[in-house]
Amino acid sequence: MEKEIDLSLLDGVLEEYAPVRGSLITILQHTQEIYGYLPKEAIELISEKTGIAASEIMGVGTFYTQFRFEPVGKYLIMLCQGTACHVNSSELILQTIKDELGIDDGQTTEDGLFSLKCVACLGCCSLSPVMMINEDTYGSLTPDKTKRILKELREAAQ
Amino acid sequence: MRIVIGQGSCGIAAGAEKIRKALTEQSIGCDISITGCIGMCWLEPIVDIYDDDNALTRLVRVSENDAQAVAEYVETGDKSKVEKLIVTDEDSQFLSKQTRIALRNCGIINPELIEEYTEKGGYTALKKALGMTPEEVIEIIKTSGLAGRGGAGFPTWFKWNAARQSAGEEKYLICNADEGDPGAFMDRAVIESDPHNLIEGMLIGAYAIGAKHAVVYVRAEYPLAIKRLKNAIRQATENGVIGEDIFGSGFSCDFTIKAGAGAFVCGEETALIESLEGHRGMPRLKPPFPAQSGFWRKPSNINNVETFANVAWIINNGGEAFAAMGTEGSKGTKVFAVTGKVKRSGLVEIPMGKTLRDVIFDIGGGMKTDKPFKAVQMGGPSGGCIPASLIDTVIDYKALGATGAIMGSGGMVVMDESTCMVGMAKFFLDFTAKESCGKCIHCRIGTKRMLEMLERITKGEGREGDIELLEELCYSIKDGALCGLGQTAPNPVLTTIKYFRNEYEAHIKDKKCPAGECSDLIEYKIAADKCRGCTLCARNCPVGAIGGTVKQPHVIDTTKCIKCGKCYTVCKFGAVVKE
Repeated sequence: MEKEIDLSLLDGVLEEYAPVRGSLITILQHTQEIYGYLPKEAIELISEKTGIAASEIMGVGTFYTQFRFEPVGKYLIMLCQGTACHVNSSELILQTIKDELGIDDGQTTEDGLFSLKCVACLGCCSLSPVMMINEDTYGSLTPDKTKRILKELREAAQ
Repeated sequence: MRIVIGQGSCGIAAGAEKIRKALTEQSIGCDISITGCIGMCWLEPIVDIYDDDNALTRLVRVSENDAQAVAEYVETGDKSKVEKLIVTDEDSQFLSKQTRIALRNCGIINPELIEEYTEKGGYTALKKALGMTPEEVIEIIKTSGLAGRGGAGFPTWFKWNAARQSAGEEKYLICNADEGDPGAFMDRAVIESDPHNLIEGMLIGAYAIGAKHAVVYVRAEYPLAIKRLKNAIRQATENGVIGEDIFGSGFSCDFTIKAGAGAFVCGEETALIESLEGHRGMPRLKPPFPAQSGFWRKPSNINNVETFANVAWIINNGGEAFAAMGTEGSKGTKVFAVTGKVKRSGLVEIPMGKTLRDVIFDIGGGMKTDKPFKAVQMGGPSGGCIPASLIDTVIDYKALGATGAIMGSGGMVVMDESTCMVGMAKFFLDFTAKESCGKCIHCRIGTKRMLEMLERITKGEGREGDIELLEELCYSIKDGALCGLGQTAPNPVLTTIKYFRNEYEAHIKDKKCPAGECSDLIEYKIAADKCRGCTLCARNCPVGAIGGTVKQPHVIDTTKCIKCGKCYTVCKFGAVVKE
């Protein structure tokens, strides 16, 4: 399953931001947008072009929750862990997703379809409990509604 | 007639974009545009219809299937078509009882068009300010009594003045839009709904301190806010509001957006600066304060989104008008994101000096469940839980601080009797333990140890003396941490111990969770007198722990039960009880 990483995709980003001081986080964000995660090869290239040690880049990358070092599934489920969601039983939704997909927080299903990540507040507190799957937000979740959404996505992918 | 659809993040998540498409397909002969967050989040999606006299008919909880009815109403003017969607008078009071300054344009103008902002008097305050000296601008802000809305409540004029007085040509004005408190979304709403108001406030601030560079640090989790702000910056640049020689005044200022990458500690100003420079967001030692040595070690001033959102209004209406609202020590208005178990959840802006009861009961409509109000959490992980007995506390920096909570950035999470307060403390400690940057030992290890203790207590493994040990740890973390995150991390624990000590004791001594939330401390049982033997619970039990024959009371085998609560949720007769 190991895919070759096309590093030329980073050319534009590095050309624009490598000379600008303080741009490391921006570069990493663009890199993750391109590959879905931060591949080792990309980090080495960024280090070479910016002059920032790879160890320091890893230090920054691991500090922020946004960055990933493994590929994610087709659907990235971001389950909100905000206070309003907590008060409105987001724990039940987490359990439902875990049971349905057989994965834990931070893991990806074997078929590469779903990844689960518990995230900080998404700011849609009035619709709590909330999750985001890729770009779409789903609110007022119940265990049944969650199952239905996952089922629909699974079917759509086939 | 014209149709305006509320398209903040909440509205879109509730289906506003689908409705816009459905309405467009109806090819109604009128203008369909968007607005930001109206603030009545519990009624989303919202469709506003203005007639030719600009009278508003507000439709709520609209779905795609209502598109035809809406089209018919717009065409015929026959209100009966949409009768069931029209907002009730009672719900309308949610807005009419508010005083909106920071949010004055939210849910009214189209945030993607600069013309709509200027029609509302936008950028006139900037023009006015540029005609004054920077010192005069700072004086007006001083008169207004505006204080930092991010939570700390530090006087804005003082920070501006310090940055102004700092030597050096190169200065920075920074906006902290890294709204990290779970349960708070005021800043997101302001940026999504009225981005030009933020830009105008920042430009006035930049002029006052003598900065030529303005930077907004926004959470990456807010893609729509970033998109609308980028669009607004582009429009403002095209209109000569941002750039060289603004309005021919000789004042120049550029604007950049930096997206945060998900770290709560970056809400702390020196950590935010570290992050802006591309580093790990670890706080710096103060002094030197950012006003002397901030971004790139140059004099910098950092304010929160809501603080800036008040500035243009203050310049236009005068510092006295703003100071006329509020209490002795807290002037103006404050925006709150009211959520949790409250009936009407959304954005509330009210003058300081109102009480928590005004917000939660009068405006928020009280509890949405049939359980009584228990507490309100304010200030997120840095704040605390204020109990029902203090519901008449006045909204004022000092009065709220006296309860052990803080004003905070504006998150107000309402809880009823079903929320376990020990669980609440655990929830926040879990958050701060994860978000601690690791620089100070007290915070890094102390929060972890506290979390472990709270986990033990909620599992029924609490020991005599745990409460005292928790308190001791709380005070040593407060003393030993460098930044605001660590210094305030114990607040959720301290306030819950202060007001709900009996709940801690019930967990530790009796191994019971009075709120019935900690699954290790409860047992599900079926009340034989209420059970009709419908078998619904037995059919839904994932582990086959429920037995019984049809039309006879069922029984839960507690040795098999995994306490998932499924039976409790599905039972239609309230026969399943938690003990």
